[in-house]
Amino acid sequence: MDAATGELVVHGAEWTTKQLFVYPNEFIYWSIQIVMYPYMTGLVAGAFVLSSLYHVFDQKDLKDMARFSLVFSLALLPVAMMPLQFHLQQPFRGMNVMFTPHLTSAIAAFGFVFSTYAVIVLSEIWFVYRQYFIEQTIALKGKDTTSDTLKRWLYNILTLGTRDVSEGALAIDKKAVKILAAIGIPVACFLHGYAGFIFGSVKANALWMSPLMPVIFIMSAVVSGIALCMLTYLIIMEWKKFQAILAKGRGDESVIVIHGVEMDVMSKASRYLLGFLIAAISLELLDLIFRGYTAMKSWDILREVMFDADFFKIFILQYGLGNLVPFLLLVVPKKQTLKTLALALVLILFGVFMMRWNVVIGGQAFSLSFAGYMHYHLPLIPHSLETYKEGLLGALTVFATPFVLFWIINKFVPSLRYR
Amino acid sequence: MKGVVAAALPLSAFKILSPAQVKASVGDSNVRWVFLVDIQKCVGCGFCVKACKIENEVPYDVGVTRTWVERYVVTKDHKTHIDTPMGGRDGYTSSKIHGEEIDPDTITKAFFVPKLCNHCKKPACVQVCPVGATYQTKDGVVLVDRSWCIGCGYCIMACPFGARFFHPIYKVAEKCTFCYHRITKGMKTACVEACPFGARQIGDLKDENDPVAKTIMTKRVGILKDEYGTQPQVYYIGLDERVR
Repeated sequence: MDAATGELVVHGAEWTTKQLFVYPNEFIYWSIQIVMYPYMTGLVAGAFVLSSLYHVFDQKDLKDMARFSLVFSLALLPVAMMPLQFHLQQPFRGMNVMFTPHLTSAIAAFGFVFSTYAVIVLSEIWFVYRQYFIEQTIALKGKDTTSDTLKRWLYNILTLGTRDVSEGALAIDKKAVKILAAIGIPVACFLHGYAGFIFGSVKANALWMSPLMPVIFIMSAVVSGIALCMLTYLIIMEWKKFQAILAKGRGDESVIVIHGVEMDVMSKASRYLLGFLIAAISLELLDLIFRGYTAMKSWDILREVMFDADFFKIFILQYGLGNLVPFLLLVVPKKQTLKTLALALVLILFGVFMMRWNVVIGGQAFSLSFAGYMHYHLPLIPHSLETYKEGLLGALTVFATPFVLFWIINKFVPSLRYR
Repeated sequence: MKGVVAAALPLSAFKILSPAQVKASVGDSNVRWVFLVDIQKCVGCGFCVKACKIENEVPYDVGVTRTWVERYVVTKDHKTHIDTPMGGRDGYTSSKIHGEEIDPDTITKAFFVPKLCNHCKKPACVQVCPVGATYQTKDGVVLVDRSWCIGCGYCIMACPFGARFFHPIYKVAEKCTFCYHRITKGMKTACVEACPFGARQIGDLKDENDPVAKTIMTKRVGILKDEYGTQPQVYYIGLDERVR
């Protein structure tokens, strides 16, 4: 019911227009929040994989990024749930998935996969920061201000009662981190591959149904996760550099050191990024070529949607601006600058978002009858709870939350200062 | 003593049932409800759509509907013009299809196709429901538990026939129930009752003497979208290859 007019509103009718023959019950039911869902889970999975590259495969060049991306993946974690919650018509019943999981459904396992993953991330962070927590409780002893007392109290809880910082204990911590990170990689990939499976297994949808979908989702997830971690890291380091310049002047050694570290980490991380980007694009193109070559019944309408209605979104925005341009920016220049790198990262993040958009919205751009089209109009200014939740503002809320969470978490679990 | 008895109970005595399993025990397994549509008898009056909306309290003036009637007009240029304004609720009186005037002299054939949930033998919607809120009764009817559906829309996405939608008032998945509240009491569905030409019939496939079962077993009938493997249980007489 629309609160303003008192008229009955059919879910989906607010942002769907139909063209030619579309079944009466068809609307774009899965809208912007379902674009955000795989995008955000992708970022979580990607951030975790990036941190694991250091912890498991000993890629020492990623040490600085590893700690940061691990904490960042924690900040992203609750946000993977948010879009689903926003999207549900009965949000208060969301927990039913945990009470009565119907295991033939691809969504039913979400709660379990997600919780398993959350436990792994939380335990890994605990082992990484255990020593720090203990040190903090000792350092804060004797300080009487309310904030210090509160902090000590919090760190005391975070230590979970352990006090052992002997070499043997620290070695165990390290081993635990390695094991958790190793288990975490398949779980992170599963978490996201499984988001791909949710779409790939919908046999009624001609665009979604593909066994490649989970793999495509994993690859693009890792790409977006690495890109976001790199970008956030870059912004934070730039901010530090700026503070150092303000305090000590442009030529100061600390500014040069920060810049050197930043450049080093960035160029190394970008190599991994490039690798995953190539894998992601290859798989997507394979899927497209295969569909065209086999030309099943649905190809006629898919082709029309891809090469006509959605051409700009798919080939210009996603493949061109989101894949090709950043690929060239990463490969062509002999000497990378932070500016080109930053641009490439922003474009990659945009490209992955467009890919999610083109899959989720694009998959509903044609009728199940293959004889008509549906067009999606993103609600920009909300006039009801529904148009907020499933509109631009809802999506922005979801996107902004991990940064706020990271800011809070980073106050207690510093991912950048602590060495 | 009580403790000993409790400990002696086999673990299998405690079985956790999901709502879907509990609900699936509804119905009579000696019955299999099926539907038969005779396309040659349908004139597109829309009485069935009207009756369904009223009987099942689906808001009358919204586009979504549990059952609908499609119009197919094939012209000499081999084009198929298809429409279903308001699900065909008000019948077809206009010769315009999607704003295009169809010249009667160019028409080679035209017909109406009533549609409803196919109550498939292997329903994709039941498979994908994450909480088991949609389930199949023993007599083959696919139903939704309005008190348990979370409104994720996965079942709507999974149905190849577009039979499902969100109920505008209850905000949960909604679909044709074969008027389960009527057929289990020996009545016919609202749409069957309302059809003046006998184009719609409901019957029990497991009953040899049922006229619908007889027709399905002895006449040439078709089903929609066989390729999805859901095994639809709404059968059509006079189905055309152009039907979507």
